[in-house]
Order: sequence, then structure tokens, then C-alpha cells
Amino acid sequence: MIRELHQKLINQKITSEKLTEDYFSRIEKKDPEIKAYLSLNKEFSLDKARAVDKKIKNGEELDLLAGIPCGIKDNICIEGLPATAGSKILENYISPYDATVIKKLKESDSIFLGKTNLDEFAMGSSTENSAYQTTKNPRDTSRVPGGSSGGSAAAVAAEMCVYALGSDTGGSVRQPASFCGVVGLKPTYGLVSRFGLIAMASSLDQISPIAKSVEDAAIVLTRIAGKDRKDATTIKSGDTIYENCLTGDIKKLKIGVPKEYFSEGGLDPKVRKLAEEAIKKYEKMGAEIIEISLPSGEYALATYYIIMPCEVSSNLARFDGIRFGQSIEKEMGLNENLILQDIYFKSRAKYLGKEVKRRIMLGTYALSAGYYDRYYAKAQKVRALIKKEFEETFEKVDLILGPTAPTPAFKIGEKTENPLEMYLSDIYTVTANIAGIPAISIPCGNVRIKEKDLPVGLQLMGKWFDEETLLSAAHTLEQSA
Amino acid sequence: MLSKQQVQKIANLARIEITGEEAEKYLKELSDILGFVEKLNEADTDGIEPIAHITDAKNETREDKIIEYSEETKTGIIKNFPEKKDRFDKVKAVF
Repeated sequence: MIRELHQKLINQKITSEKLTEDYFSRIEKKDPEIKAYLSLNKEFSLDKARAVDKKIKNGEELDLLAGIPCGIKDNICIEGLPATAGSKILENYISPYDATVIKKLKESDSIFLGKTNLDEFAMGSSTENSAYQTTKNPRDTSRVPGGSSGGSAAAVAAEMCVYALGSDTGGSVRQPASFCGVVGLKPTYGLVSRFGLIAMASSLDQISPIAKSVEDAAIVLTRIAGKDRKDATTIKSGDTIYENCLTGDIKKLKIGVPKEYFSEGGLDPKVRKLAEEAIKKYEKMGAEIIEISLPSGEYALATYYIIMPCEVSSNLARFDGIRFGQSIEKEMGLNENLILQDIYFKSRAKYLGKEVKRRIMLGTYALSAGYYDRYYAKAQKVRALIKKEFEETFEKVDLILGPTAPTPAFKIGEKTENPLEMYLSDIYTVTANIAGIPAISIPCGNVRIKEKDLPVGLQLMGKWFDEETLLSAAHTLEQSA
Repeated sequence: MLSKQQVQKIANLARIEITGEEAEKYLKELSDILGFVEKLNEADTDGIEPIAHITDAKNETREDKIIEYSEETKTGIIKNFPEKKDRFDKVKAVF
């Protein structure tokens, strides 16, 4: 889609201004119901679009993303715009700087339509934990769009932006992509700079594109990847042109199918059937399908629910009502006899949401004196075990295939009462974050429930920094549909 | 299973004020999750070193150099202070 729009722009069949206006009018029409956006950036976007049109008129060479409107998850900082992270504690926060990915997209002359909704601080699987609004699934508005990047996925699915950025810590881009019928790509840990992403769990977070097609996701990845001095964990130079790697050649490809992913009790039989059909398609196109076993995978979710809250408890210590965001001090007036510590306790109590507090508490406990070895150290050992298992598996196969989520989109309100049940919707996606490997969710069909076609995603996982093979295989399946 | 006192202690460490009612709720929820993660004890990790970095990155260094930020960025940071005096972040007394 990006390539076609780019052609139209440079051939002056359409202007970026008109394209941007069209997207805003669609947002004005659809978003009062879908609620994908938290804030819009209309005036600035149109100015930027006109500047791109001028460059086109002057015959300047333009990047593929120039003049193309996108949505940005509201935990990624854009200078001069709000970045609430879906939390009341950052309600008035205006980012004073650009995230590295934003700086890079600005160099490509991207148009930022607005900031998209998310579960508070990206903690959730449905956007129901957003302190502002619950986004609805454009395919069936009684259902969730998935989360935490639900606003980004819904905006792409409802054509309220061409592509979007989300962040993926345990499946937060792939699971909503699966629920909304779009493509979500989590890169290898360390490929994309996290500078300017409001941190949730730093050893797991990756900024990730959501798009209409694999090619679009590849185009965006090419532009946002690369080493950054502001994020010491970025260790690969960003010189691969991923959109040029979509060769369609899968003849020598070995695809591993973990038996555990298909024997899972919670797996919806209709989802299983669609994943099995995708396996058959790959086989027919000449790939070799190999049954594999990932026994340590059953510990992935438990490992995640130790490591993630531990990092959360540390990362979110900065939201204390002192340096930015909401503070209880404003509310209690100057006469109150408060000391510094009261500001911490009361600001955090009032402006952080339930799930966020729950995870901070859990992480604080797991890291507290006397429990560190039992929880955090143990989880880091199991993480090493899981990584080792993937290393061994990738000696035998190039990719690993399975469902993205055990079910299609669930109903709004269906899982809010039981945090553990909500956590289980990430069962297939967390492993890639635990192991640091790249993974993509692509649409593989629909299941019909109550006269609505609900999309289902297929997940492919690849070797560390081998996004080429991953994207190429995903592209080939997509083209065969 | 946690006790209510433990929950209060955790909330104290986390600098979050909680009511007695909330403590009851956290008690149940945290105990449920801790019950779930007990599963990790089944994993045989004898002889396995805890992982420090998933992509084996080690001591990534960069030049120790001051980078000047624009006046706009500096003002942007200051504007976000909940309470300020001139260009300083104003805080309550520690004691």
C-alpha cells in the first residue's frame, strides 16, 4: 500500500495534503465510535503535508514514507505533543524531545496524524486498562482490538492511518494485529532504538510497526532500525533494506511447528484449523515442515510474569509527582502540611491505574530482600534455558510457526475481572520477547462468530537479526492468499 | 500465600498509599499470580547461569561527550515540572 501511495504522490496523481485530509475526515467519521486516537495533530500534519507537496513539485527525491500519514502509540515521544502512555499520571505531559524512531521517520518526511490509545503504560491485552478510553475492534465493535497497541492496530484496520508504530513487550503488537486483521512485526531485541519509548520492561520492549501488508511493515522497519548511541542495547547497524528481501523463494526453507503450540488446552479449534491450513500452504509451496518440541516454552509465561513486573517496578519509580506529570501537590494546595514522601505515596496512589499498581507491587515483592533468588534470579535462569532451547532449534529450522493468539478477539469486559485469564491471551507471543527473537503476526483467515468475520493471525518467529527470512516467508504466504 | 501485613510492606516499598480494602484485594490477586509463577520451580536450572543480556551484548560503550540540547528542549523539560521556582523544580521538605 505504501509503495502505491508513493507512486501516486510522486506522479502527482494525489497530493499529500489531500491524502492527509482524507485520513482526517475518516478519523472524524469513524473514531468517535472506534476510539483509536487519544490526540490528533491536524494543523501540524497538514503543514508538513504541504511541505512534502512542495518538494514533489520541485522534483526533489523523496523517501517511500514521505507524505504518508501514520499513527503513533502514545508511549512514544514526539516533541511538542502529549505522550500520556494511557495514564492519568502523564495527563499534562508534553514531550520535550523526539524518540529516535520519530527522528528517523521525520527524516523520511512522515506525517504523524496523532497518538493512539493503549493499555496504561502498555500493560494489558485489550486497551481496557487505558485510563482514557477502550478502543473497539473495527471488525466487531462489541469486541476488544487486543492490546496493548490496540489503538494502533484498530487505526490501521479502520484505515485511519496507513501504518502505525506500537511497542511489543509480550505480544502487544502481534496480538492486536491478530485481533484486527493486520500485520504486526516485533523486531529482534536490539534492532530498533528504544530511546523515547516510555519504558515498561526494558529487556523485553521493542518498538514495532503495524501495517496493512508485510511489505509495508518491512518498509517501516528499514527506516526505524539501526544503532543508536542513546540506546546501548542497539547492536546492529541499520543498513538492510528489508523491503528488497521479499524474494518469494521459500523452496529451501525449513519451518518448525512446535507440537506444544497445538496441544494447548486453551487453543480455539477454529484458530488451530486456520494455522494448520497455513502449514499446508507452505508445504505446497515447497517449504519443508518439521515437527519440533519446545518443552521449556511452558515456563515462558511464568518467566515473563516475574521479569516484566520486576522491570516495571524499577522503570515506573520515576512517576513520583516530582519531575513531570500529575502531582498531588497541585490538588492539595500549599497549606497542606505535606512532606516529600507524601507526594510520592499520594500521587502514585491517585494517578496510577489498578493493573499498573498490581504489577509494580508484584515486581517490588519479587525483588525485595529474601525473595530475589526465588523469583528474579530463578526467572533469569529459566530465560537462559529458553534461549538455549531456541538456539538448538534454530540449528534445525529457519522459522517457527504457530498461532498468534489462542482465540479471536474476545468481548469487551469478558476478561477484566480476572488478571490471570487476561495474561493467558499472551501465551504464544511472550516467548519471542523472552528469547529476544523477531516475530510477525499476519492474517491467515477469519472465523465466523455471530455473523461477524473475526480475523485470526498466524505467527512466525525467526532467528536473531534474521528479519529477512522472516519477512520473506510471511510475504510469500500473504501473496498466496 | 501473602499476609495483609506483607502487602502493606510491599506497598510501602513501592511508595503507593493503599487502603485496608485495597490491601485485601491485592492480597488475593498477588497470591494468585505468585501461585501461577510457582511453576518455574519445576524447571530444572541446575548448572544454568542467569542470563544478563539476551543478545549477548557486553559493555557497549560510547564516547563520553556532552551533547548540547536546544533552549527549547530545556524549557520543555522545565515546563513539565509540577511545581517550579524560576528554572528549578520545587519539592517539599524531606522531613
